[in-house]
Amino acid sequence: MSLLELDDVKVHFPVKRGILFDRTVGHVYAVDGVSLSVTAGQTYGLVGESGCGKTTLGRAVLRLTDITSGSVVFDGTDLAQLPEEEMRRARRRLQMVFQDPLGSLNPRQNIESILAEGMAAHGIGADRAERRERIKEILTKVGLPHSALSRYPHEFSGGQRQRIGIARALVLQPDVIICDEPVSALDVSIQAQVINLLEELQESEGLTYLVIAHDLAVVRHISDVIGVMYLGSLVEEAPSDALYAEPRHPYTRALMSAVPVPDPEVEDRRERILLRGDLPSPASPPAGCRFHTRCPWRQPTRCDTERPALADIGGGHRVACHWAAEIADGSLRPTSELAPPVLVDTGTDGEPGTDPGAGEDTDPGTERKETAAGTPA
Amino acid sequence: MSTKTAKIDRLAELTAQRESAGGASLWTEALRRLRSSKMAIIGAVVIGVFVLLAIVGPWIAPYNPLQQWRGEVFINQNIFVGSRSENWLGLDHLGRDQLSRMLVGARQTLLVGVVATLLGFTVGALIGGLSGAALAFGGKTGQRIDTAVMRFIDMVLALPSLLLAVSIAAIMGQSLTTVMIAVGVVQIPVFARLLRGSMLAQAGSDYVLAARSLGVRRRRIVTAHVLPNSLGPVIVQATLALATAIIEAAALSYLGLGNPDAAQPEWGVMLVQAQPYFDHAPMMALYPALGIIITALGFTLLGEAMREALDPKLRS
Repeated sequence: MSLLELDDVKVHFPVKRGILFDRTVGHVYAVDGVSLSVTAGQTYGLVGESGCGKTTLGRAVLRLTDITSGSVVFDGTDLAQLPEEEMRRARRRLQMVFQDPLGSLNPRQNIESILAEGMAAHGIGADRAERRERIKEILTKVGLPHSALSRYPHEFSGGQRQRIGIARALVLQPDVIICDEPVSALDVSIQAQVINLLEELQESEGLTYLVIAHDLAVVRHISDVIGVMYLGSLVEEAPSDALYAEPRHPYTRALMSAVPVPDPEVEDRRERILLRGDLPSPASPPAGCRFHTRCPWRQPTRCDTERPALADIGGGHRVACHWAAEIADGSLRPTSELAPPVLVDTGTDGEPGTDPGAGEDTDPGTERKETAAGTPA
Repeated sequence: MSTKTAKIDRLAELTAQRESAGGASLWTEALRRLRSSKMAIIGAVVIGVFVLLAIVGPWIAPYNPLQQWRGEVFINQNIFVGSRSENWLGLDHLGRDQLSRMLVGARQTLLVGVVATLLGFTVGALIGGLSGAALAFGGKTGQRIDTAVMRFIDMVLALPSLLLAVSIAAIMGQSLTTVMIAVGVVQIPVFARLLRGSMLAQAGSDYVLAARSLGVRRRRIVTAHVLPNSLGPVIVQATLALATAIIEAAALSYLGLGNPDAAQPEWGVMLVQAQPYFDHAPMMALYPALGIIITALGFTLLGEAMREALDPKLRS
């Protein structure tokens, strides 16, 4: 049963210019038509490189940024249509954990005040004593000592601060928690602790997560379903295992190939797809498929004219690519002369970004994929 | 190995002590850092002496500042002196005791500075605060209000401050109140812009976003989160503005737009009166000038030290 359902959500920021009076000269298409659904009790992982709009999408769900169009249906109500005050009340059930644990805590508030604030705003707990009891309970749950109550955020370590952030969300007994890069600001050793805490809490509190991250390993570990975002829209969505086993979209393939394998033999041999160029500006996204400017599998037709829709290819796997089937069965190779120069690195020569074809020596054991323009395989 | 373990134990002990010390708020910590700053201490001492003089000056002044020793005034060693040696700082051109005039004048000078700064601070913070709150949390209407207010503030800010003060003083006629208002009004746009900018920076911060996501009401977000965190730079500015206010009040007096009441000695006025005799009695100008400079320096030092102490980037 889906608890949170996004339908064609768009968030466009107007670009304004003017000396005395601003006028709109264009839009940044931060989120441009995202539809997804999050099942109750599950974790939906949203990945993508920075600037792809995943954070904006997370904030749009809570209406922390205005939604341009589309609907965000939570438990039967469309949040996008709620008046301000009702939206404020609805936020009790939808909470957020932020990326920067220190920045998201007011430096002038002690922990008790931080944790009590949400309760006061929603009228939970009759008096200070009752709230304090509840806060102590939550502190135990997230693994912080009760002595933390009278202390201030800057006195804690990064991991502890993030626990405070989680406690702040938890105190309101929400149904959904949106975790915006919950561990990317933490040390690797602390990351695991926080991830485990999130998982334990999901089990004991029956929480539903929407986890936004760029770390594929983290997302894989925690998610049931993963959505891959590129330039404001979803390019692929699949159950976690299926996505990692068989990425279908060229962008997802490139992302996956960036994850190092902890085996030097495999690591040396495996195919790596290095994307050329930067993310295009979301203020003037490319026509057709958003990814065609960087896609190694780009074809002469359709790609630059027709925007592919997310199509179900079975097993809950959805992919937005015209040529997904052909790429999957191997009849298309990443070598089209229309494609931008791309380096399929064999791991033995060249730094990322060196010209394709530079470095003539290749290991005899590895297959070299020639990718220079005009050299079809 | 044993020394190493001992070291680690010691470290653990120290950190444990710190842990059990309990919470220290941002202000407490800023105060602690202020106390260990030489700049702050010097500034505070200078200001302390100045305030003390302003309070007790009239009682410890050896003579009535208006009493004249006529007929016996002549110039010796760069200052007017009388026949008696009791006038430590000499006399002014009318034969009045300079030391007494300095001591009594301190109160006037401080009064002008404090009242003018308070005026600028209060009105400026009110305008800036409302404008900032309207822009950050007031939607489209708030944006328009903010634009209108800020364009007006910008226009005022575009005028040279002394010119503005002179115009106000000229329109309102000469009086002590005029000086205070003229110097205060000049400060309004500075405070307004500063608080607004500071609030906007805070309004975009993560913890304000977090408060919104918690469902905290807008009014509480402004009063409990945005305002307290925005006040730091404004308070620092107030300290610095005090120095400017004293100098500007002196400048107004110098231009002949100061307090016309001759019965009230004031450092700025004293400086003006010394000017015609500067060639022969430069010391007469030196004392009030030094007074103004040292006081302004005191406030500036304290202000700078506060700015550093409140800088979140330097927080350990």
